[in-house]
Amino acid sequence: MIAELGLALLWFAAAFALLQLFTGLLSLREAGAGFAESVRPVAVMQGVLVTLSFLALIWLFLRTDLSVLLVASNSHVDKPFVFKLAGTWGNHEGSMLLWVTVMALSGAAIALLERRLPERTMLATLAAQAFVSLGFYAFLLFSSNPFTRLEPAARVGAGLNPLLQDLGLAFHPPTLYLGYVGLSVAFSFAVGALMTRQVGPQFARAMRPWVLGAWIFLTIGITAGSYWAYYELGWGGWWFWDPVENASLMPWLAATALLHSVSVLAARDALRIWTIMLGVVAFSMSMVGTFLVRSGVLTSVHSFAVSPERGSFILALLCLYIGGALVLFGLRASTVNEGKQFAWSSREAALVFNNVALTAILGIVLVGTLYPLLTEAFGVRVSVGPPYFNPVGAIFAFPMVVVMAIGPLLRWREDRFARVGRRMIAPVAIFAIALVAALVLAPGIGILPLLGLALAAMLAVASVLPVLGRNPRRVKLAVWGMVVGHFGLAVALAGMASNAAFTTERLAAAAIGDTVAVGPWDVTLSEIEPIAGPNWTALEGTMTARYRGGAPVVLRPQARNFFSPPTATNESALATRWNGQLYAVLGQEADGGRWQLRLWWKPFVTLIWIGGLMVALGGLLALIGRVIADWKQRAIRVRLAERREYREAQP
Amino acid sequence: MTRSILAFVSLWLAAAAPVAAAQDSMPPAPYAYTQLDDPAQEAEAQALMETLRCVRCQSQSIADSDAPMAGDMRSQVRMRIAAGEEPEAIRAWLVDRYGDYISYKPELKPLTWPLFAAPVVLAALAALLLRRRFRKGARTGGDVA
Amino acid sequence: MSAPTPGRRSRWTIWLPLALFIGFVALVAYGLMAPGERDVRSAMVGNPLPQFTLPAGVEGTPGLSRADFTKGEPRLLNIFASWCVPCAVEAPQLDTLAAQGVPIDGVAIRDRSEDIAQFLDRNGNPYRAIGKDDVSAVQLGIGSSGVPETFVIDGEGIIRYQHMGPIMERDIAQIMSEWRKAKEPL
Repeated sequence: MIAELGLALLWFAAAFALLQLFTGLLSLREAGAGFAESVRPVAVMQGVLVTLSFLALIWLFLRTDLSVLLVASNSHVDKPFVFKLAGTWGNHEGSMLLWVTVMALSGAAIALLERRLPERTMLATLAAQAFVSLGFYAFLLFSSNPFTRLEPAARVGAGLNPLLQDLGLAFHPPTLYLGYVGLSVAFSFAVGALMTRQVGPQFARAMRPWVLGAWIFLTIGITAGSYWAYYELGWGGWWFWDPVENASLMPWLAATALLHSVSVLAARDALRIWTIMLGVVAFSMSMVGTFLVRSGVLTSVHSFAVSPERGSFILALLCLYIGGALVLFGLRASTVNEGKQFAWSSREAALVFNNVALTAILGIVLVGTLYPLLTEAFGVRVSVGPPYFNPVGAIFAFPMVVVMAIGPLLRWREDRFARVGRRMIAPVAIFAIALVAALVLAPGIGILPLLGLALAAMLAVASVLPVLGRNPRRVKLAVWGMVVGHFGLAVALAGMASNAAFTTERLAAAAIGDTVAVGPWDVTLSEIEPIAGPNWTALEGTMTARYRGGAPVVLRPQARNFFSPPTATNESALATRWNGQLYAVLGQEADGGRWQLRLWWKPFVTLIWIGGLMVALGGLLALIGRVIADWKQRAIRVRLAERREYREAQP
Repeated sequence: MTRSILAFVSLWLAAAAPVAAAQDSMPPAPYAYTQLDDPAQEAEAQALMETLRCVRCQSQSIADSDAPMAGDMRSQVRMRIAAGEEPEAIRAWLVDRYGDYISYKPELKPLTWPLFAAPVVLAALAALLLRRRFRKGARTGGDVA
Repeated sequence: MSAPTPGRRSRWTIWLPLALFIGFVALVAYGLMAPGERDVRSAMVGNPLPQFTLPAGVEGTPGLSRADFTKGEPRLLNIFASWCVPCAVEAPQLDTLAAQGVPIDGVAIRDRSEDIAQFLDRNGNPYRAIGKDDVSAVQLGIGSSGVPETFVIDGEGIIRYQHMGPIMERDIAQIMSEWRKAKEPL
């Protein structure tokens, strides 16, 4: 019953989306102005219906209703509760339903809350939003129905991919989807504004919270995904430039550029067309990412459940949305006012530089990811990996870090470099000190880690200058957000460079009782014994690790075998200190009763993810700051309007 | 990482038997999981291995794969480095055998120059599009149609 | 202020993103329609077999070295292992080829002599010689990326053809014709 109800609700929601599209479009014409009143309620209704449909699917998964095909093929009666829940979106159909649900809820939220935009742009935005949703409804209803019944019902269920039976990963994909959906809202705003040609600070302020929100989720998603790959893949790497990783990085790069250009538009009414363009690009990157992950056109270590048929569907949606938006852009962009100009020495100019660099990095990632596909068309197979992405990316990333250090110190519109130069003395000195220190401490250090460390030190100092010496309570929350975000990036960069420069690796075959040294650690293998989990068996090694002969830390890495489906994984064990992580993996049995151990000492590696989370926190502070400020402004406007009305009412 | 290799290997082998049992029981090649004694040589080998693609895995370097063949390739790389061979010579030796696919480091040649030109072109293009946003002289900004 | 006229801005640059996007779509649509090969083919086809000498894999069958491939007669070089399930699947086809007079040499990858002997007892022994390759040296040397794989080597020791995966019934004709072709020098 619940499955049929869920499907019916999904159909109704799709019908409301269609209604939202048509009423929205009609109301833009004079003849259809009467429909304008109904667009917002329809959008809210669509959100409610699809949410109920998604709740129905969650219910089916929690009950493990094995008469539903999706549940039977992705869940298992013995699975722990939280993974039954995560099973709802740990598959293609469920994740698409989650996507459309969040999208419809966002639409409902805009319909209920957004009052700053000119009404026509608002209606156009909701129509665009409905148009995007409809594609996903069609995808779900015609090709990926999550509520299909299974006759006869399965007895136990096939089980979730053991890879996905991990708390971090259970919540990693939905985090990214929330980011993607946020970008789809930004896209709808961009398309709406293009339709009515009303691009200005009001539009930027309406769009900004969605961009910020999406960007926060993307940042968390990428950070968490990287940490997951780090501890799960068992070789100590945290980023592989794998197509799936790149697919999640590209929307983030575009969103970062958008975030900064939307700030220029909101504050200074400049970069109008560029911002619209980035709004389209950011969403198209999330669609491209989804396409690359689901279609299987590129091989990836993280790929699961790829299907060319789904790939074609996503590609069709991509053409429809992005192709359509770009045609609209071509037709309308030349009639949109470009906005204000600014001097070379201004904060706008620094942000423009940042946008150009981010665009270039985005280009590098996109081209590098797709290049093997291109050469394959010419019959040659190539691989593009870290030796391309790292140095070529750094060519643009490092200058960007320098500008990141200077930019926030510059004034809007026009400034004197001499004034800023004085404030940059300390950061530049730190840069030089860090450079020399790294060269002395690690003589053989590579050029990229060396510059990375020095630039990180410089940015860390420079990023706090905008608030230094000011009363912390009088600094706007959004400024705090910027400071924390930029500082976080410096921290992450330091972690990356430190990991690249100072990691020590030790591979050893050890018998029980043997002690192996790695960096400052002594690791003793004390025991190996078989253990069993709910749906796996494993060999667990017990190791005692001492940092410089200090107190022992117990590590328990496992070599796990899952039974349904049969898969083997390595569960690494980590010992975290303030200054780095010891990473231990239990390998195969070697001759003579010994075991292969893989050990790494990674100084300050945790800074990568701490920095990533700080960047996200910066975004959160900025978001809260902006929303509160907008709220206050709105209250002021309302009060002013009331007062005016009152005065006018007086004789 | 192991799981995806095993999944892939099992696909290739079309093995119905339990996956782990389909693996060989031989000890790995001598330098598959053993480092070279000379830290400088080991660092050289490690840097090279990180840029060589495991042919039996999906998108992994031989430096982070548990596939037996990746182990054999690591052993081969370490033995050659220990024998004094240059890393780029070893890369060339492997490219001769498996094609460019084996190396994650694209070489600059007719087929790959767009890979290096594209970012420059993109940055130039973005700069070109934004260049007219800048104002000459020290006048206050105004609207430009 | 050098204010450009609105007309000047409706230039080609406005349409550039669309052009890039169309290029992208064309590329990935091609990728979807013609899914690339997942196997990594050897780049050694057409090149001489590298030097190698392998000890005998089982008692009673000789070991293998490059010299065995330069005796003027084309041969098959079969990469196999006792632990590899598809190798057992292709065994009857190798027997058929051997029965038709095709000389076959085996290279056993990461294997033990007793396991190889057992495998041959169970699946038949089509090999004239079996070399034991414990570190995949020959496999890497000829650009093979898995087991089983079969190479046609001509009488001068030049690699002429690579067959990836198990030889099935339907592949026999192709292998036979490649083997016959290898009788003519390049």
